[in-house]
Amino acid sequence: MELWLPTEEAQIAFGEQLACALKPPCVIFLEGDLGTGKTTLARGILRGLGHQGAVRSPTYTLIEPYELARAHLYHFDLYRLDDPEELEYLGLRDLLGREAIWLLEWPERGAGLLPKADLLIRMFYQAEGRSLSLTPVTSRGETILAEIGDYPSRQA
Amino acid sequence: MRVLGIETSCDETGVAIYDDRAGLLAHAVYSQVEIHAEYGGVVPELASRDHVRKTLPLIRQVLEDAGLARASIDGVAFTAGPGLIGALLVGSALGRSLAWAWKVPAIGVHHMEGHLLAPLIETPAPEFPFVALLVSGGHTQLVDVIGIGRYRILGESLDDAAGEAFDKTAKILGLPYPGGPELARLAESGDPKRFRFPRPMTDRPGLDFSFSGLKTFTLNTLNKELAVSEDSQRTKADIARAFEEAVVDTLVIKCRRALRETGRRRLILAGGVSANRRLRERMDAAIAAEGGETYYPRPMFCTDNGAMIAFAGCQRLLAGQTEPLAFHPRARWPMGELPPV
Repeated sequence: MELWLPTEEAQIAFGEQLACALKPPCVIFLEGDLGTGKTTLARGILRGLGHQGAVRSPTYTLIEPYELARAHLYHFDLYRLDDPEELEYLGLRDLLGREAIWLLEWPERGAGLLPKADLLIRMFYQAEGRSLSLTPVTSRGETILAEIGDYPSRQA
Repeated sequence: MRVLGIETSCDETGVAIYDDRAGLLAHAVYSQVEIHAEYGGVVPELASRDHVRKTLPLIRQVLEDAGLARASIDGVAFTAGPGLIGALLVGSALGRSLAWAWKVPAIGVHHMEGHLLAPLIETPAPEFPFVALLVSGGHTQLVDVIGIGRYRILGESLDDAAGEAFDKTAKILGLPYPGGPELARLAESGDPKRFRFPRPMTDRPGLDFSFSGLKTFTLNTLNKELAVSEDSQRTKADIARAFEEAVVDTLVIKCRRALRETGRRRLILAGGVSANRRLRERMDAAIAAEGGETYYPRPMFCTDNGAMIAFAGCQRLLAGQTEPLAFHPRARWPMGELPPV
């Protein structure tokens, strides 16, 4: 599934819509260059799940956990990871068994030690906005896409 | 009281010894020292957060630098949170165990309290109360500091920290990550009048920050200019300058507002970004114009270090607070939960 989001508001709105289709456990990889809106999309998802407060970038803290009414959510940003083994310092092993929604930015830096993705979202700069490419990797990912399937048409 | 302080909450390993009468006796941060063959050779950099290999050699080194025997340590302070849980566990386990072995009290210190109190290590030290701006790669926070353990968060970043915005904008301009200081150097030669970047969230009341949008603004400006401009180096320097002006201006506006709203006269700055020259110049001038004073820890204590943990731990141990044998490091730890001293 491909879509184009012209503004930050549109990115957040799409995140809120996507949130409606997410049920734990599920793992979403967010890929894209600096500034393509990975954290902005995560902010929309968190808002869609009922989170009220700020959504801080996890670039420095590497992980920001959220306990929400509908689900636990772990927001990772692995940009500053030098070696996937450093995931041990984040307590990854303690989190692996838990029923949660995982949002992972820069998942390639944790390759080999992360849980498998259900849904892969790639983000690109396009004109002043962002284009998104959503690829399901598991049947759970396919279910998510099916639920938001008519989103682009609703956009137009 | 002489306190050994251990900091391992994130990337840096820092150790120091602080004495409430004699002041700071020794301090070391791993990245600034070489660990010699007697400790098993130069430690390979397997992982930047490999505190297990670094902490004990650093403790031996500061004891040696201070010319002290282990028996002369009266207490041990360690960062107990917030931070990476695996990293915190190393410093906490080591600190608590050493205190037990040496039969002295131990105390778990809040990392951000360490930063807040760091200017008190210096002379002249600011008197309470004051407003603190913590501005680093991981934090942008304004705090009203009434006394030790009496903190009120006035405002904070809702997305990227200021230092993070510096590092990521540097990367967008083609500098290596993390390139905040390189961006500041590039900005030196930039023309401040060519571009004007927005000052996020300054046109409405409140003391919160938002720096994430500056990345997109930088990229759009860069793409537009590179399409028409001959001199890409010139353009990048001018963008770097406009970006730095925007961040500095935003921080100055919010600090001035915080002093006015709280009625405080003293402002302290801490965190890696507070080493930025233009920020210091502008802040000093703006706060002086308000009749206020600015204080900074020395640059080395702006970033993560053991001295601030030894100092903060010493204040709490002097007040009789201690950590039980069963210690509990916390990845999340709201500063409001700290007991006053």
